[in-house]
Amino acid sequence: MDDAEKERKRRQRMRSIAIAWILAGLAVLFFIVTIVRLGGNVANRPL
Amino acid sequence: MADAAISIAAAKIETGAGGDVADYVALMKPRVMFLVVFTALVGLVAAPESMHPVLALASLICIAAGAGASGALNMWFDADIDARMARTAARPVPRGHVTPEEARSFGAVLAVGSIVCLGVMANWLAASLLAFTIGFYVFVYTMWLKRTTPQNIVIGGAAGALPPMIGWAAATGGLSLESFVLFLIIFVWTPPHFWALALLRTGDYAKAGVPMLPVVAGAGATRAQILIYSLILAPLGMAPAVVGLGGALYAAAAAVLGAIFVVMAFDCYSKREGEAADRAAKNLFGYSVLYLFLLFAVLLVEHGFGIDGGSFVSFWAS
Repeated sequence: MDDAEKERKRRQRMRSIAIAWILAGLAVLFFIVTIVRLGGNVANRPL
Repeated sequence: MADAAISIAAAKIETGAGGDVADYVALMKPRVMFLVVFTALVGLVAAPESMHPVLALASLICIAAGAGASGALNMWFDADIDARMARTAARPVPRGHVTPEEARSFGAVLAVGSIVCLGVMANWLAASLLAFTIGFYVFVYTMWLKRTTPQNIVIGGAAGALPPMIGWAAATGGLSLESFVLFLIIFVWTPPHFWALALLRTGDYAKAGVPMLPVVAGAGATRAQILIYSLILAPLGMAPAVVGLGGALYAAAAAVLGAIFVVMAFDCYSKREGEAADRAAKNLFGYSVLYLFLLFAVLLVEHGFGIDGGSFVSFWAS
């Protein structure tokens, strides 16, 4: 594997890791925002 | 545009490794994004209705992503111009690290994502304003005005002036005179800010075929226009105090900061030759960034920490 190919794979891996972090961050953000918007209604829902 | 496309393609083959994460961050113009987020934060905090901190943070993330989308789409369309200018030649697309198509896709995904998320998390008025801002910056400023008229940054400045209104709309679900005043301040601030930079980069803009005011009308006319806009901006900076958005602390800060702006604009107007002229333009450009930052920072302090030194209007009415 030459240097150019190694560099291409390194950059691709870094991009993939960044996308994974962003997706994880968005999942957490959506969860928290949902809880905040629902407010106390989460506890008051019929079981 | 064809020459630039060839050079971009050649550079891409040379590097061949695709964009690094830093290249995608650079596509979003982080320094512009900071000013957008900061002014949106001030609109959000200064609004009369408070927003849950989590929703406020989520809204600011959406606004930041929207600003990033505008930057990426601008770099996609302007790759030919950027390649010809020293200031922008190192951007990811002209360097060949990111293809124009990748920049376009990245910008489009960010734009749609940021608008939808802001609509869901805050409200659809704020999301509509964000959509309008991105659309205006990309379609009206970048694709049309920038290449056709020396008034490009005057009209296009509306896009950069909207973030405080978006922040205000996110918090209140509406618009108001106060938020429009914040819009007006940035709108009038934009021409002297960009023309001071253009005076230093006239050769670059001429080479790239961008009809900036110093290229079309000359440095003298540009200096006169800078002074005129500064004379409008200084009193306009006081307007938040008049409409009750800013207190006495803000009024004092706006008066001092505005006076310094006019003095520096006059310095730029009167020094027309050689190194002194360049230095005056450079100083004005640097100060213009500081001016807007401090003006909005004072509003943030007054509203965020409840320190306003009393009402400016009632002080004069008593």
